[in-house]
Amino acid sequence: MTAVAGRRGAVFQWTRFGVLCLFVVVFLIPIYVLLVTSFKPLTEADPSQAWNLPRTWTVEAWRVAWEKLAPGLWNSVLLAVPGSLLSCALGSMNGYVLSKWRFPGADVLFTLFLFGMFIPYQGVMIPLVQLLVGLNDLTGLDGVFYGGIPGLVLAHVVYGIPICTLIFRNYYVTIPTQLIEAARVDGAGMLRAYRSVVLPVSGPAIAVVVIWQFTSLWNDFLFAVFLTGPTSWPTTVMLNNIAGAQATPYSQQMAAAILASIPTMVIYVLLGRFFMRGLMAGALKG
Amino acid sequence: MRRARTWLPGLLLVTPSIIAIGVFVYGLLGWNFQLAMTDKHSQVAEGEFVGLKNFVDIWDLPRWHLSVSHTILFTVVFVLGALLLGWLLAFLMEKGIRGEGTFRAIYLFPMAISFVATGIVWRWLMNSGTGERAVGLNRLFGYLGLPEWQWFRDQDWGMAAMALPAIWQMSGYVMALFLAGFRGVPEELREAARVDGCTEWGVYRHVVLPLLRPVLLSALIILGHISLKVFDLIVAVSGKQIITDVPAVFMWVAVFDSHDPAKGATIAAYIVVSVAIFVIPYLIWSVRKERTS
Repeated sequence: MTAVAGRRGAVFQWTRFGVLCLFVVVFLIPIYVLLVTSFKPLTEADPSQAWNLPRTWTVEAWRVAWEKLAPGLWNSVLLAVPGSLLSCALGSMNGYVLSKWRFPGADVLFTLFLFGMFIPYQGVMIPLVQLLVGLNDLTGLDGVFYGGIPGLVLAHVVYGIPICTLIFRNYYVTIPTQLIEAARVDGAGMLRAYRSVVLPVSGPAIAVVVIWQFTSLWNDFLFAVFLTGPTSWPTTVMLNNIAGAQATPYSQQMAAAILASIPTMVIYVLLGRFFMRGLMAGALKG
Repeated sequence: MRRARTWLPGLLLVTPSIIAIGVFVYGLLGWNFQLAMTDKHSQVAEGEFVGLKNFVDIWDLPRWHLSVSHTILFTVVFVLGALLLGWLLAFLMEKGIRGEGTFRAIYLFPMAISFVATGIVWRWLMNSGTGERAVGLNRLFGYLGLPEWQWFRDQDWGMAAMALPAIWQMSGYVMALFLAGFRGVPEELREAARVDGCTEWGVYRHVVLPLLRPVLLSALIILGHISLKVFDLIVAVSGKQIITDVPAVFMWVAVFDSHDPAKGATIAAYIVVSVAIFVIPYLIWSVRKERTS
């Protein structure tokens, strides 16, 4: 390599680095706004100080936001924790069968499942409301299926089957079939083979699915707004109501938005690489 | 064909999911289409079959025309913006760079946040106040000597502004897809092309880009279907305002404010069809490809 090419290479390196840093700044602007605004007292809520750091830092907005949002946060926990665990269990069983215990027509079935991943949920929402109202009437459990957390969990678990099945199936395909065959020769049935061979190595796939489902359930707004009522509103609906009210100062809106995002952000920071794999699975890339 | 004894247990284990998907996905989709073909325009109406009347009549509503054209503008800006930005970031990082992990983490983290929270910040950023009353980006642009904008309140280009938060949220994802694609190109292939006298740009143009086509297709499908059903973001940024109306918001209004199930179902059916048109061929194609490989 000649000296000129080398210098050009170095310039290119620094340009690349500079552009990437520029985009980091752009990407972080909303975060700066969220944090800075949330710590401002009402006396500094003036347009001329919009981008300034607070002169007096206060957690007053955080306190009020927490009071308003807490019931929603709790509802979201009741929604996202059981929801993601149930999704995981179903996805694991389906993925196991569709990769290692296939039946005639399994491919067609899998394709039909996959379409369920891409349907816009608006297309089922109106009948779903009617179905859940019907289940309320049928069981005599008012406000459980429609207007309650259990109904919302049910909806998320069912519509989560495709993506969870896909992630587990693509993961289980990599387990050598001979291991299953060996267990079979030893007299193990389908469930024994699952417990002794497949389940012990499922850790990474379980992490991917739980994180993926937890994040989607926590962040969902569409199902929540159609299927829940004031006592069962999860975080996103409450957050939207808080921020949509004209009287809510920006500082409280921003504090509430951060509070609502903390659980998924923490998961992202701690378990980012599993999060990534979930994303990739979403692209049918396995 | 293997004997039924070997595959029947598997089928039984999947049966609950088959029933659930059958009822909740296909059953309810069918129910929605059926509802869209009735005149059930109030909760108490009987709902007589009227064929495709609702699907035709909706084109008489000016609001429907608006929400369709809004979706088209939003989709074009969002998909192209996220693709270009995601590709650019991946291109810059492709050959490895100091602090790559940090860059990736920062570009990707918006994906972990809900569209509602994103909408709240961006509503502040894209506030249309100007001059003394300017906050957000207009205030920042004022400092920098750039022009002030109406952002999402602009009559013609509002939906292009609305695509900005969506680009912010999804371009990191596109970057991750492309980066995985770039890294999947075997170094020997590039080397071979260089030996054959290809310039770096030639290698890129004739070896790397063609191999990225499947990644590009995946990204297009994912961004496209997010875009056609966009709902949370619009609601969080501007609520039910006509100026940013899209079919998903229109449907919400039809159900909760107009109490017109047939109209809501018709809009929902249009959203499903618009997504299915390109997703079904893609799914069939990718399952076939997997089977042959």
